[in-house]
Amino acid sequence: MTNRYENLIIEFFCRVIAPVVLLFGVYIVFHGEASPGGGFQGGVILGSGYIMLAIAYGIDFTLKRIRERIILFLSGFGVFIYGGIGAACLLWHGNFLDYGKLPLPLAHTNAIRGLGIMGIEIGVGLTVMGVMVSIYYDLIVAGGNQKENKGEVCDGILSR
Amino acid sequence: MIHQAPILTIATLLLTAFWVPIIGMFKKESAYYIALAAIFIAFAAACGTLYSVLLHGPIHYHMGGWPPPWGIEFVIDYLNAGVLVLIALISFLTTISAKKSVEQEINRDKWPAFWSLYLLLIMSLMGMTETGDMFNMYVYLEVSSLTAYGLIAMGEDGALIASFNYVILGSVGASFYLLGVGYLYIVTGSLNMADLYRLMPGLYHSKVVFTAFAFFMVGIGIKMGLFPLHVWLPDAYTRAPSAISALIAPTMTKVSAYVLFRIILSVFHIQFSTMIIPAAKLLMWIAAVGIIYGSIMAIAQKDIKRMLAYSSISQIGYIVLGLALANRMGLIGGALHIFSHAFAKGCLFMVAMAIVYKTGIRNIDEFKDLNKKMPFTMAAFCVAALSMVGVPPTAGFFSKWYLVLGTISGRHWLMTAVILASSLLNAIYFFRIIEKTYFSSFLGGGGHGHHKTPTVVMTEAPAMMVIPILLMAVGILAVGLFNFQIIHHLLQFIVPGGLA
Repeated sequence: MTNRYENLIIEFFCRVIAPVVLLFGVYIVFHGEASPGGGFQGGVILGSGYIMLAIAYGIDFTLKRIRERIILFLSGFGVFIYGGIGAACLLWHGNFLDYGKLPLPLAHTNAIRGLGIMGIEIGVGLTVMGVMVSIYYDLIVAGGNQKENKGEVCDGILSR
Repeated sequence: MIHQAPILTIATLLLTAFWVPIIGMFKKESAYYIALAAIFIAFAAACGTLYSVLLHGPIHYHMGGWPPPWGIEFVIDYLNAGVLVLIALISFLTTISAKKSVEQEINRDKWPAFWSLYLLLIMSLMGMTETGDMFNMYVYLEVSSLTAYGLIAMGEDGALIASFNYVILGSVGASFYLLGVGYLYIVTGSLNMADLYRLMPGLYHSKVVFTAFAFFMVGIGIKMGLFPLHVWLPDAYTRAPSAISALIAPTMTKVSAYVLFRIILSVFHIQFSTMIIPAAKLLMWIAAVGIIYGSIMAIAQKDIKRMLAYSSISQIGYIVLGLALANRMGLIGGALHIFSHAFAKGCLFMVAMAIVYKTGIRNIDEFKDLNKKMPFTMAAFCVAALSMVGVPPTAGFFSKWYLVLGTISGRHWLMTAVILASSLLNAIYFFRIIEKTYFSSFLGGGGHGHHKTPTVVMTEAPAMMVIPILLMAVGILAVGLFNFQIIHHLLQFIVPGGLA
């Protein structure tokens, strides 16, 4: 952002709170299979952590840490984790998403199911986070920040 | 592995759709080939599903092994096995022929995103066809809407406005559908279609069920472009990239029509719409007005894609009319019209795509001598046009024939007149194009001008585009010639017991 309004309080506060937000997001993602929470909610929290940093420090700061391509890759890769775990169950003669059939060295089928759901939640979380940040980048770029980044932010996947 | 075929249609497309943009970041040309391979696998899986249904009867596929009232299930019976193969086949052929057109019309940077959305759209249409769960249906409906918004917006000037109109109306439609699902869930506590079908008769006089039914009709009506709710359709079809018009015109509205069949026949009982509330009668009149309106508006158009779009509104009317007749012949005619119209409209939009690709002409008045420039394409156009009018060996004749039989056995004489009148109107707007194309060089110059006519060189579209178009034309004839087999093996099972 060209005329970023530097505010020590906001910057300091965001710097302190960002790790906590991200950790909380991960916590929510990993609690999806047993309690309220899961990939969507956790992914939104993870994404909002990055968006908060982008608001406080400017988009360039965030782009240096997590580039547009990585974000696009994460969005696609999350769905791949989801579908991949689902499709892997087909190999062991289960139905799609029938995690209980996965040959993991665990005593109980329910434990395997729990792990399967956790894998799925991780995938969903990555995708939701990626798409949230990607939408934010697109909005910022459409708002006239292209010169600043010298075309590094290629226009996003769906923007036109 | 054949019992996993239903899920392979969805899973293949879903998994590939998200790899396309990632691989496309490195090599943009590869996006198309990955998409084509995925659609071919999905098509093979759809054929496997149909084969399995024909051999062993309807398939119930439980997601994750959870049994139906709680888990999500895919139910593939005779009707949707047919629709599934139809969607897969048409999207496969469209994809083959779309390559050149997409390269011409879409900015190179957007190819990976385009093919990714394209795969997701086909995936959601197949999902809508296969699912046996009302909420799962909503999810696929929403995916198909969202991808269609994005794809339509990639078109020419004005596509953004067209897409935005569709966003507004489509969101209203999807919300109405969701509200309907919610209302049914309040009174029944179930989302599974078979379960709802079992629970429904006891609740027929509940006002909540009436409201839910009304929400469903409006929501699906918007998605399928039924007459008073069609306003998004002409602009969207006209402004979208040609390849997308050729994909969504034959598939998206047909799948929505299939959903309407599903809701009226196998969520609610057909008696609900005929005896308890006069829904069938209302739908019949709406369909009749839509048939005439679409045909008349099509006559008034100069742009070929816009004309075909209005023609679609009219043809959707036929399908709904068949459903609203609520007798054996009507239902079969309506369902067969899903097939015949999908092939005919797909072929016509692919022809429009080839013409736009090769010549850039869209105004019908400039079609002169196009038969000499593009003989194969125009031959396919004639077959499709004859099917739309309803000339015997083509598919359109048989579906209209069953519809007319349906109106006669239901003694709806006015509807018989509407179908016949609309066929005449179809003849007017299609023969206008055929006349402009084939005969204007004889008529235009008068007695003295013909020896000055310059010889026209044949500039046919590339083979990759023409062969799928010809296959679609063959498909039109095949649906026509084998209509008895299609009805005998697939469609006769949709007629509920107790209907004449």
